Amino acid sequence: MIEVRNLVKKYGNHLAVDHLDFTIEAGRIYGFLGPNGAGKSTTMNIMTGYLGATEGEVLIDGHDILKEPEEAKRHIGYLPEQPPLYMDMTVREYLEFAAELKRIPRSKREESITEVEKLVKIHDVEERLIKNLSKGYRQRVGLAQAVLGFPEIIILDEPSVGLDPKQIIEIRELIRKLSKKHTVILSSHILAEVREVCDHILIISKGRLVASDTPENLEKMLGDADTVEIEAHADPSEIRAVLKHVPGIEQVTVASGEDGVTLAKIREKRGEDIRERIFQAFAARDIPLLTLRLEHVSLEDVFMELTQKDTVPDAFSRRKKKDGDEAKREEEDENAGNL
Amino acid sequence: MLAIYKRELKSYFQSMVGCVFIAFLMAFTGIYFVAYNLSAGYPYFSYTLSGSLIVFIVGIPLITMRSFSEERKNKTDQMLLTAPVSLGQIVIGKYLAMITVIAIPNLIFCLYPMIIQSQGIAYLKVDYISIAVFFLLGCVYAAIGMFLSALTESQIIAFISTFGILLVLYLWDGILSMLPGSAVSGLVGVLVILSVIAFYIYHMTDNIVLAGGIGIVGIIAGAVVYFVKSDLYENLLSNLLGRLALADVFTDITSNSIVDVTGIVLYLSIIAVFAFLTVQAIQKRRWS
Repeated sequence: MIEVRNLVKKYGNHLAVDHLDFTIEAGRIYGFLGPNGAGKSTTMNIMTGYLGATEGEVLIDGHDILKEPEEAKRHIGYLPEQPPLYMDMTVREYLEFAAELKRIPRSKREESITEVEKLVKIHDVEERLIKNLSKGYRQRVGLAQAVLGFPEIIILDEPSVGLDPKQIIEIRELIRKLSKKHTVILSSHILAEVREVCDHILIISKGRLVASDTPENLEKMLGDADTVEIEAHADPSEIRAVLKHVPGIEQVTVASGEDGVTLAKIREKRGEDIRERIFQAFAARDIPLLTLRLEHVSLEDVFMELTQKDTVPDAFSRRKKKDGDEAKREEEDENAGNL
Repeated sequence: MLAIYKRELKSYFQSMVGCVFIAFLMAFTGIYFVAYNLSAGYPYFSYTLSGSLIVFIVGIPLITMRSFSEERKNKTDQMLLTAPVSLGQIVIGKYLAMITVIAIPNLIFCLYPMIIQSQGIAYLKVDYISIAVFFLLGCVYAAIGMFLSALTESQIIAFISTFGILLVLYLWDGILSMLPGSAVSGLVGVLVILSVIAFYIYHMTDNIVLAGGIGIVGIIAGAVVYFVKSDLYENLLSNLLGRLALADVFTDITSNSIVDVTGIVLYLSIIAVFAFLTVQAIQKRRWS
C-alpha cells in the first residue's frame, strides 16, 4: 500500500527524519508514536506530498508521490496537525470545495458530503461558519475533509488533540469503523491512545524508526525478562541465602520493610519462569511467602526505554542489525544485477 | 483548478476586498469621467482612464496580498498541496480569480465611450483598446503582487512590498532621467544587474558553481564587448531599464493613440514569468 524507503529530511543542518524505512499494508490501523519533535508530522507531510524529501522515496500504491503526485494523492485523505479550514466558509461550502478539489464526480458530491457529515456528526452545524465553531467541531470538520470521497489511505496527524474525553472516544470509534474499509495511519504522543486503537505501532525517536511491531509483540519483546516480586517474613540476608540456590535468576534486589517483612525483586533470565522454583525453595526452608507476583513489562516501559535513552536495547539493536545486513545484501545483489 | 477559482472569487466578495477595489476604482474613474468628458467635453475616455492608473497602485496590492500569504499562515495550503491538483493549477486558479475581479470594473468602463458617443463624436477604437490594455496592465501588476504574496506569510508585508514596487514602476520615467548616459556608466550598470541576477540564482538554487559561472561569464562577456565596441553602452541603461516603465505602453495609447504591439507582448511575457516564479517560490519552500 505505502512504501517508505530510506526517507531523509534535513532542515538546514538539522536532521528531522533520519533514514526511515517501513511498509504500510492495507486494511490495518497504524500508529506513529514518538515524543514531541520526533519527526512524526514531518514524515506525514512528506508521505502526503506537502513537503519534499531530501533523500529517499514514498510509493503510494506503486505511484511515487513526487513523480506522479496527482495519481498518488488521489489515494490519500489527510488531516494535518492543524485542520486546514477556511474560516469564512460554512461547513457545507467548505466540504463542497474539498469534494471538488478531490475530484469527486458532480453526481456523487452531494451524497458523499452528507454521508461524511453524518459519519463525523456535523450534520447539524453544516450551515454555520467555521470560525464560529468550537475546537472539537473544527477538528471534526477537518476529519470530514480527510475522509471525504473515502480514499484508500487516511492519514491523521494527532486527531484527538484538543477534544474532550467523550469526543476522543467518539473519534476512536470512528477510526475503528473506518479501518474496516480503509488503511488508517495516525500519529500521537499519547501512548494509551495508540495502544487502544492501533494494530501496529511504529515508534519514532529523533527521526529514526526505533521499533515497528504489534502492541503485544512490543510488550513481549522486552517482556522476556520479567521481574518477580516477593514478600516474606525473613531477614534480607536469609532471603538472599535462599535465592542463591535457585537457578535462572539474573539479579536480586532486597529491601527490608516493616514488621520483619522483606521485599525482594528478582529479575529472571530470559524465557524462564522461576516462580515455582522460588516457591519450592522457600517452602523447603519453612519460610512463608506473603506475596509472589510476576510483573510484566508494559508498553510504557518499552516506549520510555526506546525514546528516552540514546542506546537502543539489545533486542532491537539485534533486529536492526539484521535488517541492515539484509539491506546491504540486497544492495549488493542489485549492484550485481546492474553489472 | 475550477474549484480553487470559484472559492477564491467567492471569498473576494465575501471578505469585501473585491467590492472595495471595484467601488474605489469606479468612484475614482467616475469623478474623472464627469470632470473631463462630461463637464469639459473632451471626447477621449482613454484620457480619463490614464488618471485612474494611480488607483491600481493601491488597489492591486489589496487584491493580491492575501492570495498565498494567508493560505500559508492559516496552513490551508496543506489542503491544496496534498489534494490531487498540480501546483500550476493552483496558481492559475488563484490568478484567474484575481483578474476576474480586475475585469469587472473594466467591463463597466466599456459603457462610458458609448455615453460619450450619445453626446457627439467618440473615438471608440482608441477607447476600447485603451480599456483592454488598462486591464492587461492590471493583470501584470496582479502577477507581480501574487509572486510577492507567495514569498511571505504576512499579508501586510505582501501589500507594502507590492505597493512599493508598483510605485517605483509608476515613477520609473522620472527615476530614469537621473541616470547617466556615458558608456562607462552603462558598463557599470550592466555589471550590477549581472551580479544581482547571479546572486538571485544562488539564493534560489544554493548552487555556487552555477550562479558564480553565470556571473563570471556574464561579466567577462560584458567587459569584452565594452573594449571591442564601447559605443554600444551609451545610453544603454536608460534604454534597457526604460523597458521597465510598464505603464508607458498604456500611456502611449492614451496620450498619443499609438499602440505598441511589442509592449503588449512584453505584458504577456511578464505575466508568464511571474506566474512561473510564483510556482517556483512555492516549490522552493516545500524543499527547504
